[in-house]
Amino acid sequence: MLIKNSIDIRSSDITPKDLYLSRRKFLASVTVAGAAVMTGVGLRELASPSTVAEANAKIDNVQKSRFSTTEKITPYKDVTNYNNYYEFSTDKYGPAGLAKDFKTRPWTVTIDGLVKKKQVLDVDSIIKMATPEERIYRHRCVEGWSIVVPWIGLSLNELIKKAEPLGKAKFVQFTTIHDPKQMPGQKGTVLEWPYVEGLRMDEAMHPLALLCFGMYGEVLPNQDGAPLRIVVPWKYGFKSAKAIVKVSFKEEQPINTWNLAAPNEYGFYSNVNPNVDHPRWSQAKERRLGEFFKRPTLMFNGYGDQMASLYNGMDLRKNF
Amino acid sequence: MKSIRLLKVVVFLACFVPLALLGLKAYNGALGANPIEVITHATGDWTLRLLLVTLAITPLRKLTGQPWLIRFRRVIGLFAFFYGILHFLTYIWLDKFFDLHEMVADIAKRRFITVGFTGFVLLIPLAITSTSGWIRRLGGKRWQVLHRLIYFSAIAGVIHYLWLVKADIRKPLEYAAVLALLLGYRLVGSLSAMIAPKPISFPPGRTEVSEG
Repeated sequence: MLIKNSIDIRSSDITPKDLYLSRRKFLASVTVAGAAVMTGVGLRELASPSTVAEANAKIDNVQKSRFSTTEKITPYKDVTNYNNYYEFSTDKYGPAGLAKDFKTRPWTVTIDGLVKKKQVLDVDSIIKMATPEERIYRHRCVEGWSIVVPWIGLSLNELIKKAEPLGKAKFVQFTTIHDPKQMPGQKGTVLEWPYVEGLRMDEAMHPLALLCFGMYGEVLPNQDGAPLRIVVPWKYGFKSAKAIVKVSFKEEQPINTWNLAAPNEYGFYSNVNPNVDHPRWSQAKERRLGEFFKRPTLMFNGYGDQMASLYNGMDLRKNF
Repeated sequence: MKSIRLLKVVVFLACFVPLALLGLKAYNGALGANPIEVITHATGDWTLRLLLVTLAITPLRKLTGQPWLIRFRRVIGLFAFFYGILHFLTYIWLDKFFDLHEMVADIAKRRFITVGFTGFVLLIPLAITSTSGWIRRLGGKRWQVLHRLIYFSAIAGVIHYLWLVKADIRKPLEYAAVLALLLGYRLVGSLSAMIAPKPISFPPGRTEVSEG
């Protein structure tokens, strides 16, 4: 028989953990809801109580961008409740709930590799590097669905310039945080962790490539890649790494996680291309969330005018 | 007798529950960001689940010694086909919008669709010959042989699932494990029957169908 010494009992044993956590959550959500109702931003959430959505802090002084599309923006609740974020779950409806308590502060980003200025930057100092811009981009998932999102961020090249890459640096690699305690999906081996993605230097320097920390006028929700993510709208969604903690400059083409998982299905470039099918399904059409009929997928996701010249002379069937 | 009839009604209604839930969610606008995907997955899942339930009846009947269980096999099998039709309809209507050319290209080119389509087509003769009239017409033995197609249909269904997922193969593997168990049971049964001395044959003209 096991007799427990009273000294062993901690306060957390007296109140079951999930109970006191839920109590805290309740208090927090009451505060958030109160603030949201007062400022009016919570109306959208109140209208659809079944989905997980919390009001995030507003981002001020956001500039409009010439890169924005005028297409209809996908509802906030869809973009925050339908997420491919395998670090939390392979179920797209999972991350909204599972990422709720994910800690995005304190947060640093390590800049290393072939740069003059190797450094560790606080995420808040990165965010302040330039005036935030709103970029309304099309976002096309390799699975065949798409959304239109008003991202907020700054050109990725602002950060790259600050790192002062050496002439030898031809590629840049992004690493997502590895924290299985906070990210239940990382306890499994569906993909290799941490998630890594990469771009060629000229792709990363292109003004369209966004270093993103917000959307819909607010701080980026956890399930959408907070506190800091990449958005490269002419490529399939998985190229846009989330929750990045490291930016490394390299001479050799870096590995990217999905390429590692299935090399014949997910290439390094992964530019949106309706003419090159995924080996298992067609990429000719896509379903824009909220629309009944499928629409044709556009070359480079409709960003051909800006991006096509980067791939001149390349066989996009081979370099898929 | 009466209770079996009552239970049949219960099973019949229960098989409608997944469809009813889907309809209710659709009515409430609760199918999420990508409703068509939810409908496609739900109808596919239930086709496969009901196929496995159908295949579980014979082992269950033998292991528990409850012969009356066989009387639910046809209705559940037909519901598997019913959900298969819904699954196929969501594909040709909501995914392909009846674009026959695109469909044919898809079926020929995409192996997960080829195998899924095959699994569905294999169920058609089984649904047609599911009536007592057809059992009589074909004779129990031949009917049984024909209806072994369900094994291949279920295998095709599991492979279809396995080939369509992106990286997380845990769920399709669960289905594969259950199917392996159900087919393994039959394999062991027929192997041991081959080894064991032949049983006394049934009187001729017997058409009752109880194996499968």
